Amino acid sequence: EKSKTSFFSKLSKAVAGKSKVDDEVLDNLEEVLVTSDVGVDTTLKVIERIEDRVSRDKYLGTDELNKILREEIANLLSETNKGVATEFSIPTDKKPYVMMVVGVNGVGKTTTIGKLAYQFKKQGKKVVLGAADTFRAAAIDQLQVWADRVGVPIVKQDMGSDPASVAYDTLKSAISKDADIVIIDTAGRLHNKVNLMNELSKVKRVMQKLVGDAPHDVLLVLDGSTGQNAFEQAKQFTKATEVTSLAVTKLDGTAKGGVVIGISDQFQIPVKYIGVGEGIEDLQVFNKYEFVDSFFK
Amino acid sequence: MFDNLSEKLDGALHKLKGHGQITEINIAETLKEVRRALLDADVNYKIAKEFTNNVKEKALGQDVLNSLKPGQLMVKLVKDELTQLMGGDAVGINLSGTPSVILMSGLQGSGKTTFSGKLANFLKNKKTKNPLLVACDVYRPAAIDQLHVLGEQLNIDVYSDKGNSDAVAIAKAGVAHAKANGHNVVIVDTAGRLGIDEQMMNEIGNIHAAIAPSETLFVVDSMTGQDAVNTAKAFNDVLDFDGVILTKLDGDTRGGAALSIKSVVDKPIKFIGTGEKMEAIDVFYPERMADRILGMGDVVSLVERA
Ligand SMILES: Nc1nc2c(ncn2[C@@H]2O[C@H](COP(=O)(O)OP(=O)(O)OP(=O)(O)O)[C@@H](O)[C@H]2O)c(=O)[nH]1
Ligand SMILES: Nc1nc2c(ncn2[C@@H]2O[C@H](COP(=O)(O)OP(=O)(O)OP(=O)(O)O)[C@@H](O)[C@H]2O)c(=O)[nH]1
Ligand SMILES: [Mg+2]
Ligand SMILES: [Mg+2]
Repeated sequence: EKSKTSFFSKLSKAVAGKSKVDDEVLDNLEEVLVTSDVGVDTTLKVIERIEDRVSRDKYLGTDELNKILREEIANLLSETNKGVATEFSIPTDKKPYVMMVVGVNGVGKTTTIGKLAYQFKKQGKKVVLGAADTFRAAAIDQLQVWADRVGVPIVKQDMGSDPASVAYDTLKSAISKDADIVIIDTAGRLHNKVNLMNELSKVKRVMQKLVGDAPHDVLLVLDGSTGQNAFEQAKQFTKATEVTSLAVTKLDGTAKGGVVIGISDQFQIPVKYIGVGEGIEDLQVFNKYEFVDSFFK
Repeated sequence: MFDNLSEKLDGALHKLKGHGQITEINIAETLKEVRRALLDADVNYKIAKEFTNNVKEKALGQDVLNSLKPGQLMVKLVKDELTQLMGGDAVGINLSGTPSVILMSGLQGSGKTTFSGKLANFLKNKKTKNPLLVACDVYRPAAIDQLHVLGEQLNIDVYSDKGNSDAVAIAKAGVAHAKANGHNVVIVDTAGRLGIDEQMMNEIGNIHAAIAPSETLFVVDSMTGQDAVNTAKAFNDVLDFDGVILTKLDGDTRGGAALSIKSVVDKPIKFIGTGEKMEAIDVFYPERMADRILGMGDVVSLVERA
């Protein structure tokens, strides 16, 4: 709260009675955005847009500037985040609706799956989890704990087995159980490891043997404290698996997760969920205005 | 995505050609590119600013200006400055005490458990120690199992107490277990926590007080962005840690967090993690890190072209 007022009061002092945003304001804005991990490119883009609008609309007071600011940043997200969804909802025309969750190591994939399963189960949906991280020590046990917590079935094999085969088994089991939603956990992998990225494409192909258009959603999980490397992550995972949505985790910390603005803008992928803690309820549907506001807090 | 700094500097330095001397004006463009590169590499905003200001001071004040091309000088200045900031003399791990007690700390998912395994393995094989791993993460699902799986893979003993939710008590019992069983190193794995989570920071503070480690390590994901400074500071305030571990450097992150953390807490970076396997541990080389942050795979060729 304190720094919020100080940013906006600085802002108002610097722009009072001016028809042009001066360098001091822009410097302040740059600092806020860059320190939120928005990145230099996207920051420059925002600043350009603000300058344009201010010279066109003859900006008057801080309130307007504040509004313009929020709008312009949120606009970068708007192309892909049209709906103001507040519910955890998934299309009902696919059954089972297959989600595959991907991302680099330790970002929060498995935890997010547990939280999602909980939300869907709460809606009365039949959920099946697939433990296709067969690599990391005790990854299967971890997903098992989540499955038990939520009370949903899990399909698994031994550590070291073929992830594609686990995914296949999971779909098969889900179909036979007439399940609504399948969520496949995958091992964390750095996007520059070609073999591991190819493995993901294979998991996808194998699932398509059972459900032609699976996966219906490829959810890329990004750690909210990640900096500019998240761009490369989005790029490479999109290349390997055609990512269709994003989740940003760990936003309960001090990191702002601003890098997703540029990512969402550049790759036209909507941000769907944010993780705000380690508990089962700590997942929220993404709200772009709240997200943007958090930069100025 | 990341344009190579050397290419950018090349462009900027082109303008310096023929000047022979660095002035406030002709250096501005170059400094802007350097700052941009640092920000793209996730160096903290304020630190990047300070850094370029320092470099400017040095560049302007140099007497050797006339004997070197300004381009060469700039590259060398920036790289030396970065290297020096991140380096100092290599500091090894403190293995005093019987047993020597090592405490791991860090944010969620940074790589603490994996690194605990790697370090135990390293000390066993390279220093002929007899380490014990202690599982104090009583929160994360299957965290204890994870450490046990690593212990089994490495043939290293793991102490845990599954029914117990008191991490401080487990840590103490772990050290006692090590003493009783002839282990000369104890590595205590802890749960991931946020620097602003008071309760959890108190817990690790209490663990620290209870076992008085000879070495407290802060484990950080090298992909971390601007927040690295806040987190490092929060952990350092509570633990006054002895060293930093940078993980996941097998990725393509530029790793500017290394510089940010070093600047803000002034603690040595002791090891790096370069993979998920237990052998993927290496000592930290400041100069390599400087190259990496700047995106200069080949500084020499830049200097030759400048
Ligand atoms: N504070 C906080 N911690 C989180 C959040 N989401 C996940 N975590 C924690 O982050 C750590 C890693 O989470 P995981 O779900 O295991 O991550 P993962 O991506 O599955 O990791 P790998 O499978 O090893 O690649 C755990 O300690 C989680 O409890 C979040 O939103 N906030
Ligand atoms: N590629 C790569 N992956 C790593 C490295 N170090 C750890 N990991 C992976 O990162 C993920 C998280 O590692 P953990 O050791 O579980 O992290 P942690 O800090 O103990 O996590 P929490 O206990 O949940 O806070 C796992 O998938 C590890 O395999 C590394 O140096 N390189
Ligand atoms: Mg996982
Ligand atoms: Mg751990």
